[in-house]
Amino acid sequence: MKYLKYLLIGIAFGIVMTKSEAISWYRIQEMFRFQAFHMYGIIGSALAVGIALTQWLKRSAKTAIDGNPITFQDKQFSISRYLFGGFIFGLGWALSGACPGPMYTLLGNGFSVFIVVILSAIFGTFVYGLLRPYLPH
Amino acid sequence: MIELLTQAWPWYVSGPLIALIMFALLVAGGNFGVSSTLRSFCSIGGAGKSIEFFDFDWKAQIWNIVFVIGAIIGGFIAQTFIPNPEPLALSSSTINDLAALGIPFSGGLAPETLFKWSSLFTFQGFLVLVVGGFLVGFGTRWAGGCTSGHAISGLSNLQVPSLIAVIGFFLGGLFMTFILFQLIF
Repeated sequence: MKYLKYLLIGIAFGIVMTKSEAISWYRIQEMFRFQAFHMYGIIGSALAVGIALTQWLKRSAKTAIDGNPITFQDKQFSISRYLFGGFIFGLGWALSGACPGPMYTLLGNGFSVFIVVILSAIFGTFVYGLLRPYLPH
Repeated sequence: MIELLTQAWPWYVSGPLIALIMFALLVAGGNFGVSSTLRSFCSIGGAGKSIEFFDFDWKAQIWNIVFVIGAIIGGFIAQTFIPNPEPLALSSSTINDLAALGIPFSGGLAPETLFKWSSLFTFQGFLVLVVGGFLVGFGTRWAGGCTSGHAISGLSNLQVPSLIAVIGFFLGGLFMTFILFQLIF
């Protein structure tokens, strides 16, 4: 039962991602070609509301419904890992038109071949783990 | 009324709803970062035996796997019960640019010619599905997060590393779109 809330939030996420068309390969191309405001509007308005909610949560010191404090970890500073890792991610995002969230939601939308994309992404994560000691962080 | 649900939802509705999903996950005791599930799957598959990076308590991450199962179900519900009767309102300049590359606009969410099983055995299909997925999985873990973890959660928490990561996402996306697409398509 303790997982039911995550299932429901996930269902809401899948519906929003589908209806917003943020899972669309075409919309991602449109974004990278700067030919419509749609994706920038989604990310921008999510951020405007997200910043307000996050800052309020941090200041009000609210606890989660399980009673534990809601904590925010500062990300360790580095340039290379975020820039290089981000660049590789961006190559894949533009090519497959999907970041991890949309990969799952597209599967539910009937694009069964996204099983292959997800398995490839898992394999990519595995290879990162393998090469991790040799990559700049 | 039902048309409000079936049409494509405008950005000013979708964006705030995504922020509320992040908020709901925080209040539930989790956090919004989808790509962590890829690492959990490696660990579940036994990768922690030989690689320290995957040697962690993935059971503490089950909630996130339940969340992405929900994301699959949500996609199915939206597609089955409130599908958009209209073709996707893609900008005409994007339609023309893609047509010039030989990618027809179908009106759906993605080019069906590429996103089908038989295309796996074509040069372009293999790159889009297999190599694209691999780069996403590799890059997101190196960068420590994806669009949800960095662009939404990280930037909402005013993290400079997340800003660097998002700049990286865009540099990579622009390089793929404007340089590599010319070679691939």
